[in-house]
Amino acid sequence: MLFHRLSRLGSRIVKELPRERHFSVSGMRVLQGSYSQYLQSSAVTQRQSRTFQQAFFSSNYNLCTSFSTISETEKINVIFVDKDGEEIHIKVPVGMNILEAAHENDIELEGACECSLACSTCHVIVMDTEYYNKLEEPTDEENDMLDLAFGLTETSRLGCQVIAKPELDGIRLAIPSATRNFAVDGFVPKPH
Amino acid sequence: MSMFLARRLVTRCFSSRPLHVCIVGSGPAGFYTADKLLKAHEGARIDIIDRLPTPYGLVRSGVAPDHPETKIAINQFSRVAQHERCAFYGNVKLGSDLSLSELRDLYHVVVLAYGAETDKDLGIPGESLGGVFSAREFVWWYNGHPDYSSLKPDLKSSDKAVILGQGNVALDVARILLRPTTELASTDIATHALSALEESSIRKVYLVGRRGPVQAALTAKELREILGIVSVGPAECFRRWCSFRSLRISPLHRKFEGDCGQRELHFVFFRQPERFLESDESKGRVSGVNLEKTILESVGSGKQIAVGTGEFEDINCSMVLKAIGYQSVPINGLPFDHKKGIVPNVRGRVVSTEPGLYVCGWLKRGPVGIIATNLYCAEETVGSISQDIEEGGVGKSEKEGSKGLMQLLEKKEVKMVDFSGWEKIDAKEKQMGIDRNKPREKLVTWEDLLAAASADS
Repeated sequence: MLFHRLSRLGSRIVKELPRERHFSVSGMRVLQGSYSQYLQSSAVTQRQSRTFQQAFFSSNYNLCTSFSTISETEKINVIFVDKDGEEIHIKVPVGMNILEAAHENDIELEGACECSLACSTCHVIVMDTEYYNKLEEPTDEENDMLDLAFGLTETSRLGCQVIAKPELDGIRLAIPSATRNFAVDGFVPKPH
Repeated sequence: MSMFLARRLVTRCFSSRPLHVCIVGSGPAGFYTADKLLKAHEGARIDIIDRLPTPYGLVRSGVAPDHPETKIAINQFSRVAQHERCAFYGNVKLGSDLSLSELRDLYHVVVLAYGAETDKDLGIPGESLGGVFSAREFVWWYNGHPDYSSLKPDLKSSDKAVILGQGNVALDVARILLRPTTELASTDIATHALSALEESSIRKVYLVGRRGPVQAALTAKELREILGIVSVGPAECFRRWCSFRSLRISPLHRKFEGDCGQRELHFVFFRQPERFLESDESKGRVSGVNLEKTILESVGSGKQIAVGTGEFEDINCSMVLKAIGYQSVPINGLPFDHKKGIVPNVRGRVVSTEPGLYVCGWLKRGPVGIIATNLYCAEETVGSISQDIEEGGVGKSEKEGSKGLMQLLEKKEVKMVDFSGWEKIDAKEKQMGIDRNKPREKLVTWEDLLAAASADS
């Protein structure tokens, strides 16, 4: 399984190389500030630092393409891991929240209260801590809702509160699943 | 991974044949089940029945009127109800209009999601005195449920009310009792309740819990909210409580000692009700609660229960609301675990019965959890249904579905209210609300609801 995953990841990197270069080229200015962060990064963000290096070493290329790729840079790559464990790659415009993005791409993520912070149905799990740390701190209101979320983890967020920004390019978000862990984890629902 | 793919494939193959499904109960559990079934099975034809002429269950009759954002979930539920393969039939009561076996004859799959419509009893003397209600009755009253619109709780005899229980339902009713009525006037609260609350003399509400602050079942959101409305005591105890449970409400610490128009909420910990006291002046009415002090005793595995100490005290009050839990009602021909108050099931499959019968929501797992809990609960039940269709014989025989239901209801002269009937009720309520600056003015009697549903549009 892991092997399979790795090889898939490998093939994806190869496949997406041209596109990523494209992206990082003009997204570079934003990324530059947090370069040290990337240096410390482990295998998790390997892909990220790699694209960064590409961008770094191809700054000449940057000059001639930055104008033509503006529309591309306004979108970031987001990977959803759905309830079956399948990965879904989507492009999300900067500024759009993740719940909205999921709905635009027919990804099954509920949004019962329609972004009014009154439910926890758009709960997503940020799969890499490094990305989680790049998000704004959750507000008290979001934390109150997360307290009630099913299958809460240390890196849980409400999808409607995660706003796409360039630093989040490549973020992987898991949608909690009942069939995967409802009974296994002995989930005890919070009080009504 | 391949197993999932195979499962998806099998499900698709089955989709050519109609799968007739009946869901009993149109609350969140029912609608989430319908939603997930529609997505999982292209051949699913779903009928949702409800004993009320109105859909949405506790979202309509349970969620507090001052929580309109929680009710937004209705938008999605109504989209499900309007799906071409889904229908809603209200005013159809399982157990009296229809029997479970009749439903099972008509449908391949029957999912019971009718929730918990009665209350746990304390079983202590004086429980039947006037002025002792369950929180559910009180909630249904202020939310305009047609069964409780004539409850008439006495809110004028004293300034004190006692609520037994410290969960979110307890906090909901406390908030409604204490909130300035000017703030409630623009909500969809029933008018009879608003008028009664406007004249209410209740200013002090006691929330009594058998155990301590650490075990209290309420959540941070509800606590944060009520702190903005009333002063909460005792202050010191409260401060420790917040740190104990690491509740992130520290910025509000200042607030709970402040003056909020003399409206007070008192948390009373480590007390259990012993008996209700009868008033000397007016016979048959409650005048207070006798409470026994408790201490915590460990019963292994980190669990602590409250044990009486033999020390007693009284709180005087003119109304008591029992917010100690809802309970499901069994129906004929359905296995029922009376101790747990649920239908015995394995991942939503009802045990010891012919395949094809499922449960979801409170009837399946007990009366706990929020609306979102039903999302995962429904996912599990639908997973079991899908598995039984693939591996068991569910969905293979010929069933009549909707058509058969219509014939049966006609034969029994049951006047069902379909979704267009509900839309008429909805439109009328919203229209009436405009005049009073409310999102809606609920119709609160069976007669009015049924008349509105059958009115010519």
